[in-house]
Amino acid sequence: MSILQNFTLGQFVPSDSFVHRLDPRSKFLFLLVYAVVVFLSNQIWLYAVFTAILIFSLRLSKLSLAYIFRGLKPVWFLLVFTIILQLFLTKGGEVYVQWGWFSIEEDGVRQAFFIAMRLGLIVVMSSLLTLTTSPMDLTDGIEKMLGPFKKIGLPVHELALMLSIAIRFIPTLLEETDKIMKAQMSRGANFESGGMISRAKAMIAIVIPLFVSAFRRAEDLALAMEARGYRGDVGRTKLRQLAFSYRDGLVIVFMILMVVAVGVWRV
Amino acid sequence: MKDQEQTIEAKQVAFQYESEDGSSTPVLQNVSFSIKKGSFVSIIGHNGSGKSTIAKLINALLVPSEGAIIVSGFSTSEQEYLWEIRQQVGMVFQNPDNQIVGTIVEDDVAFGLENLGIEREEMRKRIDESLAAVKMSAYLKSQPQRLSGGQKQRVAIAGILAMRPSIIILDEATAMLDPQGRKEVMQLVHQLHLEEGFTIVNITHFPEETLGSDRIIVMEQGKIYADGTPSEVYADVEGLLAIGLDVPFAVRLHHFLQQHGFSLSTVLDQEELVDELCKSLLKT
Repeated sequence: MSILQNFTLGQFVPSDSFVHRLDPRSKFLFLLVYAVVVFLSNQIWLYAVFTAILIFSLRLSKLSLAYIFRGLKPVWFLLVFTIILQLFLTKGGEVYVQWGWFSIEEDGVRQAFFIAMRLGLIVVMSSLLTLTTSPMDLTDGIEKMLGPFKKIGLPVHELALMLSIAIRFIPTLLEETDKIMKAQMSRGANFESGGMISRAKAMIAIVIPLFVSAFRRAEDLALAMEARGYRGDVGRTKLRQLAFSYRDGLVIVFMILMVVAVGVWRV
Repeated sequence: MKDQEQTIEAKQVAFQYESEDGSSTPVLQNVSFSIKKGSFVSIIGHNGSGKSTIAKLINALLVPSEGAIIVSGFSTSEQEYLWEIRQQVGMVFQNPDNQIVGTIVEDDVAFGLENLGIEREEMRKRIDESLAAVKMSAYLKSQPQRLSGGQKQRVAIAGILAMRPSIIILDEATAMLDPQGRKEVMQLVHQLHLEEGFTIVNITHFPEETLGSDRIIVMEQGKIYADGTPSEVYADVEGLLAIGLDVPFAVRLHHFLQQHGFSLSTVLDQEELVDELCKSLLKT
């Protein structure tokens, strides 16, 4: 039961900060615009501004820094790797260090700095989105924002429903995995020792029963949904409603200022 | 709506599943019954006796191959009445986990209402009412995995109540619950039957659960084996045991005592049996 006891859906950390109370749509939009301007900027001092914006947003979210660093963990390696690549492979400008074949030159340092800043800022900003938005709000936000694409035949409602059902079943399937694992271990399966290949082989004994039961669950659920009158998007109302508030207005205004400022000073 | 009295009518229903190679296995043959509005009917039988198929036929999840099923005056074979029928007939399934759609209780109760296109204000009201009816109001914002099996089934029932049906079908809804959960659910169902006048169809393989019902239909190999009040049905202990069905403990004991020469009048549950035994003791 260890995985389940401290299990929360996704990475969401509930709270009632300014950022938490924003509409998911404005958070999405802000993240998107922020990512674009961060990528387009080529001035060192602009990055100082972006970092300030990020720190300000973090303060507004009232999240502890531990969560943020946890979010950076998976991209750590990528970050270091690209910095090294840029540092040694980009040539041009003044030569700082020369070591036989290797050299670190001005453009390399500059590129490495930009890449590191871009990746770092965007990753932290997007983990801020998932940390402060509940998965259901996220799916609702996605459904609403993709709404216009219904006209060209994108099954937006179905996609959002699939997403929310997936979220709903994560804990159920985790619990099931735990059960299957114990059942297989009691029959002598070994998941902890051996090399990569034998461990991967041992996983088959978990994955196959899990798949079989997931399909059965899917069938049951489809039946239960039909029995409760589900017929797709036709004439459907929604309990959950998203609403913009003055906070979202502030964010949008700030976002526009940011775009204008970058547009003006970029060149 | 010529016949308000009979809310569900099955007329010579046959059903078979078509398999891919064209052959078909008959699941139901010549099944006819009618269920009175406001009654509590139990359907018992083995796995594969066709009892769950009956539930799906009543809710128009399946359509009979022959014959017809009429629910509140609508034939399930006609597509246009499909949504009326599904609103009228609420169904609780066996696996509590596999019928909850919402990530939190409130969302799940709302699911059926959203499908019906109910306005938001009205939805809120009905969610509160139906959760109160199943005594789950305190769990409005809970995630389903934090609830017990019995609580999940009560949430499923609330989801159905919110749709304001007239018939509730329990398709082995207690089979996966612990004794505590089973008790919770059965108490709730009986209460809904008595106080709100819902028509209840309880499909089960626990003989004890059938005792409180007005009528029992026994299914055996796709046919109706017996149909009557509990005392009528359980009078035929030999026959039921012969087709491999269990009978309630009190009925079995009573039957056993009678075989050994004790003359007792018919009993169904343990209390009646105890009374009857005491009386016969006093006589001797």
